[in-house]
Amino acid sequence: MLRLPPFSFLRARDVAEAAGLLAEHGDQAMLVAGGTDLVPKMKRGQLTPTLLVGVGHLAELGHVSASDRGVEIGAGVTLARVAADARLGAAYPGYVQAAASVSSPALRNAGTIGGNLCVDTRCNYYDMSFEWRQALGFCMKKDGDVCRVAPASTYCRAIASSDTAPVAIALGATVVLVGPGGQRRELAAADLYQDDGRCYLTKQPGEVVESLRLPPPGGWRSAYVKVRRRHAIDFPLGGAAVALATTGPIIEACRIVLTAVGPRPLDVSAAAEPLVGRPLAEVLGGDVGLLAEVAAAAVKPAKPLDNADLHYVWRKQMTRRAVEQAIRQAARQPAPHGAPAATFGADAAGGAKRG
Amino acid sequence: MSGAGEKQVVRLTVNGEDHELLVRPHATVLELLREDLRLTGTKHGCELGECGACTVLVDGQAQLSCLLLPGQVDGACLTTIEGLADGPVLHPLQRAFAALGGLQCGYCTPGMLLAAKALLDTNPTPSRQQIKEALAGNLCRCTGYAAIVDAVEAAALGAVEAAAQDAVEAAALGAVEAAARTPR
Repeated sequence: MLRLPPFSFLRARDVAEAAGLLAEHGDQAMLVAGGTDLVPKMKRGQLTPTLLVGVGHLAELGHVSASDRGVEIGAGVTLARVAADARLGAAYPGYVQAAASVSSPALRNAGTIGGNLCVDTRCNYYDMSFEWRQALGFCMKKDGDVCRVAPASTYCRAIASSDTAPVAIALGATVVLVGPGGQRRELAAADLYQDDGRCYLTKQPGEVVESLRLPPPGGWRSAYVKVRRRHAIDFPLGGAAVALATTGPIIEACRIVLTAVGPRPLDVSAAAEPLVGRPLAEVLGGDVGLLAEVAAAAVKPAKPLDNADLHYVWRKQMTRRAVEQAIRQAARQPAPHGAPAATFGADAAGGAKRG
Repeated sequence: MSGAGEKQVVRLTVNGEDHELLVRPHATVLELLREDLRLTGTKHGCELGECGACTVLVDGQAQLSCLLLPGQVDGACLTTIEGLADGPVLHPLQRAFAALGGLQCGYCTPGMLLAAKALLDTNPTPSRQQIKEALAGNLCRCTGYAAIVDAVEAAALGAVEAAAQDAVEAAALGAVEAAARTPR
């Protein structure tokens, strides 16, 4: 049987205590809510904490609350709960699609939205048993000093593997972090990530993700299309999140964020510029050239490497298809109710927009 | 803080029976069930969360025991395959799997049954697509899945015996037709 190495387990009394324990124990401590990413990686010796701080039981992380500022989802809310929430589904269809696409039903019952935002980056040279990695020679993500997929690389090229993060970024969401003294700070979801597969999160080691704040949906459609081998269990091998704002039949703004093509979610919204000011009908009605042009431009900055399942050239081609499909899906959605696009935080995350 | 690996007390209800256990914090719930409680019906497959063989119900929800730590389930109610039947009376899902051939080697069956029970407990009349989605995390290398979906559907409809009779008749008809096609 594949057994875990010894560690201690403490159930935190509250989020501030969890943050304090992380700060006190440094890289020896890690949080566990669902544990669906952490535990397999501990079994393979990829993550080696000696203290796990349990936060999955904390009621303060388990809320979904709506106000005129949007919807706040506690980091401990399970992916299954988000996937089954009709209210969220109506307001943020892309986010709910992404949550429902993570792994399998049993893992979504355990896995949380905070965990998925912080899910470890993945690489064929890293997501292997300790013995496999030792035999080949360790990589810079763990125990080594060279990138096995791109030996000349000065940084780790493991790929961002969150399904929900690209949609959160496309929707202009923010993340609330709690520090060891209980102090809070809020940052744009896009700013939670940086372009290094080893240190892929910008949050400090002693900070805990407390919640995700989605701005009011006013006017924004959204969709997420995931590239993978099977329709369940698999991590993304590519994927596109699209948020689309309209005024009447005219596209006002469009954001596109890719996943699994590099160490962080890749915002390629500038590629959507040709869509702005065009009627939705052109997207839906068969201006195939327009959509193909946008999708090709969207994946141009993506540089997937040969470090995930399936061929990297195919992954990039399919990500281009995912962009097209996500735009079409978003365009087909009924016009959302609510305030005009401007109040949705269009400026928070940038993106191609009118005027 | 106690030293790494030092045992801790965990309180659990497993198949309706209360337990207070002194366990290693790094022993998964799968190890706890199989080795401490000797409930070996829960199977260990990939042990990395990819196959569903170790599925149990935690407070009614399907979860993978190979990835669960004792500290995460303190105070929870677990149901394992040993808790599915009511004494000698099999659960309708178990009867359906047996009657319709929803298993061959049987290794994935405990996990399949519990994932299916979690579905039927929340959605007593699922569509075939919903059944497939609910079982999407449970791998079977033998059956090809069709008989498993048939079995869950029959159990949901309360029509296990009728479906089994249909299956027997269809198989018999198939054999007759095959024999008729065989040149004498």
